[in-house]
Amino acid sequence: MKMVEAIVKPFKLDEVKEALTKAGVQGMTVEEVKGFGRQKGHTELYRGAEYSVDFLPKVKIQILVPDDKAAKVVEVITASAKTGKIGDGKIFVTPVDEVIRIRTGEKGEDAI
Amino acid sequence: MKRVRWSHFFASLAIGLWMVLLAGSSFAAEEAKAPEPAKAEAPAAAPVAAAQPAPKLPSYFTGTSDDPKKPPAWPDPTGAASGVWATPAGDAKGDIPEKLSMQDLYDRMAHNLYSINYVWALVAGFLVMFMQAGFMLVETGLCRAKNASHTAAMNLMIYPLGCLAFWVYGFAIGWGNWWNGPVPPGWYPSLGPGLSVLNEGWGLGAAVDAAGKATGAFTYGLIGLKGWFLSGAVGDTGVMVLFFFMMVFMDTTATIPTGAMAERWAWKNYCLFGLWIALPYCLYGNWVWGGGWLAQGGINWGLGHGAVDFAGSGVVHSMGGIIALAGAMVLGPRIGKFDAQGRPNAMPGHDVPMVALGTFILAFGWFGFNPGSTLAGTDLRISYVVVNTMLAGIVGALATMVTLMLKGLKPDTTMMCNGMLAGLVAITAPCAFVDPWAAAVIGLVAGWLVVEAVFFWERRGIDDPVGAISVHGVNGLWGVISVGIFATGQYGAGWNGVVRDEMVKVYGSDGVRGLLYGDLSQFFMQLIDAGTVAIFGFVMAYVWFKISDVITPIRVSKEVEIEGLDGPEMGVLGYPDFQLHPSGMGITMVGESAVASKTAERQGAKVVVEQN
Repeated sequence: MKMVEAIVKPFKLDEVKEALTKAGVQGMTVEEVKGFGRQKGHTELYRGAEYSVDFLPKVKIQILVPDDKAAKVVEVITASAKTGKIGDGKIFVTPVDEVIRIRTGEKGEDAI
Repeated sequence: MKRVRWSHFFASLAIGLWMVLLAGSSFAAEEAKAPEPAKAEAPAAAPVAAAQPAPKLPSYFTGTSDDPKKPPAWPDPTGAASGVWATPAGDAKGDIPEKLSMQDLYDRMAHNLYSINYVWALVAGFLVMFMQAGFMLVETGLCRAKNASHTAAMNLMIYPLGCLAFWVYGFAIGWGNWWNGPVPPGWYPSLGPGLSVLNEGWGLGAAVDAAGKATGAFTYGLIGLKGWFLSGAVGDTGVMVLFFFMMVFMDTTATIPTGAMAERWAWKNYCLFGLWIALPYCLYGNWVWGGGWLAQGGINWGLGHGAVDFAGSGVVHSMGGIIALAGAMVLGPRIGKFDAQGRPNAMPGHDVPMVALGTFILAFGWFGFNPGSTLAGTDLRISYVVVNTMLAGIVGALATMVTLMLKGLKPDTTMMCNGMLAGLVAITAPCAFVDPWAAAVIGLVAGWLVVEAVFFWERRGIDDPVGAISVHGVNGLWGVISVGIFATGQYGAGWNGVVRDEMVKVYGSDGVRGLLYGDLSQFFMQLIDAGTVAIFGFVMAYVWFKISDVITPIRVSKEVEIEGLDGPEMGVLGYPDFQLHPSGMGITMVGESAVASKTAERQGAKVVVEQN
C-alpha cells in the first residue's frame, strides 16, 4: 500500500477531487496547510510597515491506495492540479506498513 | 456648545406658539361637531390675549433671577408632575383652551421647548453611547487574535469605570459652576433654568455684584465644585440631561487610550486609569465647556470668542489622543514591533471587517456627537452640523485612500477606516461654524494628516496598534485650529459672552469668525486652546502613568505578552475554538528574521500558544 500526499493550490482542490473520484478513488483526507518552496513568499505593507508572507496557503490531500494504483493516482493528480505556473505543489509517495479499519478490525488492502 | 442664540429663542417661541395654537384649533374642530355651540370662543384665543394686558414673561423662562444664588422658580425641577406642570392638576383648568390664560400658554410653550431639547440631547447621547461599540470593534479588530478578549474587555469596562468616576467627581469639577460661565445678553439655557443650580466653583478673581457680594463667577474659572455624586441641590431634570450627555462624551475620551495601549496593558493598571480619566478630562472640559478660563479668553483677553470647540475635537478627541500618546510612550512598543535597527514591523490586526463595521458605527454615532452638541433640537443649525460632519468624514476616507495610492501603496482598508474617523474628529470642533466646502477641506487635510501621522509615530518608535494618537490626537488638534481658520461668522453670535461692537458694526452680528473671515484673534485663541490641551493632557497623563506604574505595574510580563493577554489577564480566550497563531506563523516580519534572538522568541511564542 502507498500513501500519496499531494500539496496543491487551494483553488485546484475541487478539480483534483473530481478527477480522483472519476479514477475510482473512494476516499481522501484534506488539510489546509501553509508552506513555501522555491518560489518563496512575497512582501506586503500594513499601515506603512512592511511584512512578508513567507508561508503561502496550500491544501494537502492524502490518499491511501494499493501499490498497483499509486502510479495512476499520481498521474491523475498531476494532470488535474497543474497550472504550469510556479507554486503548483508537490506529490509525495510513501510505503504504508499497515491499515486498520477501526469499525470492523479489517486489515491491509481490505481496509482501504 | 451650550450657548443658544437669542434669535433661536424667538424661533423656538414661534414654534411653541404655533403648537399651542394648533392644539387649540384642533379642540375647536372637535367642539364644532358637538351640538353645543361653544365654538366661538375657542379659536379666538389670540384676539382675547391681545385685549388683555401683556403678561410678564415668567422668570423661569428668561432664566433671570434677582438673586443669582437662588434659581428662578421652575415649576417642575424633578419631573414629578409627570409632564403636566403647564396646567397643574387640581386648578380646575385642565386642558380646556378657553380657560387658559396667557401665562398658561407661556408655561405650555416653555414646556414644549424644553421637551424638544431634552429629547434631542438624550437621543443624540444614546447614539454617542453606542459609539462605545464602534470603538470596541475597531480596536479589537486591529489587535491580534490572542489579545481579542482583553481588548474587548477594556472597551467594555471603560464604560462603567469612567461613568462611575464621572458620577462621583467628574461632573462636579467639570460642570459644577456651569451656570456662571460667560454668556451673551439675552441667552437662555436650552435645557431649562434648572441648570442654574450648577453655581459653585473656584478660580482666580472672584466677581462681585454692585453690593459687593460674590456672584459665584470668576475672572479665570478653574474648577467646578458642585454636584458630587449628583446628590443634593443638583436634583433637576435639566441637570440629568447635561450629566448624561457629558458622561457619554467622556467615555469617548476614556476609550481612545485603550487602543493605543492595547496588547500589553496590565488589567489592574487599566482599572486605575478608568477611575482617573475623569480628572484631566473634566478639568479641561471645565475650562472650555464649563465656563472656565479658556472659554473666558474672549472676555479677558479680547481673543475672538474665547476657546471655541463645538463638539469636542479638543475636549474629547485631542485629550484622548494625547493621553494615548503618553500611555504608549510609558508602556513602550509591543515585543517585536521594532527590529534591532528600530525599523517598524507590521503586526496585522486579526479582523479587518470588524474594524470596518466599527468605523461605520462610529460614523453613525457622530450624527449624535456633533449635532447633539447644540443641546437643543430647536437650534436649527443642526442640519448644517450634520452635513458638515458627513462631508468631512467621507472626504477624510477618500483623502487617505488617494494619499496612500499617490505614495505607491495599496489602499490599506484599516488606514481608510482611520481616514474616515480622522475627518470626523477634525470636523467635530468646527462643525457648526463652517460652510460645507470648508468641511470638505478640513476632511481632506485630516485624511492626509492621518497617514503622515501614522507613519511619523512609527518612525519615532511609538507603537500605536490602532492609530488612536494620529486619528484623535493629531486630528483633534487640527480640528481645534481649523475653527480659527474657516469659521464664517454666520453662527455663534455672542458665543462665550463675547459681543464686540466693532464686529457688529462691520458684520451685523458677532459670530464665531476665523482668520479667513476677518478675525485673526480667534485663530490665536484656538492655538492657545490646542497648546493647552496638548501640554496639559500630556503632562497629566505622563505623570499619572508613571505614578500608577508604581502602584501596580502598567505592563504585563514578557511571557504574558507573548502568550497573549486573553488567557493570563482575562481567563477567557477571544477565540477558544480556534488554534491561534502569533503573527510569526504564516507571516514573518521583514528584517526580523535576521535577528536570531527575535526569531527564537517568536518560535518560542508559537510553542506556547499552540499548547493552549
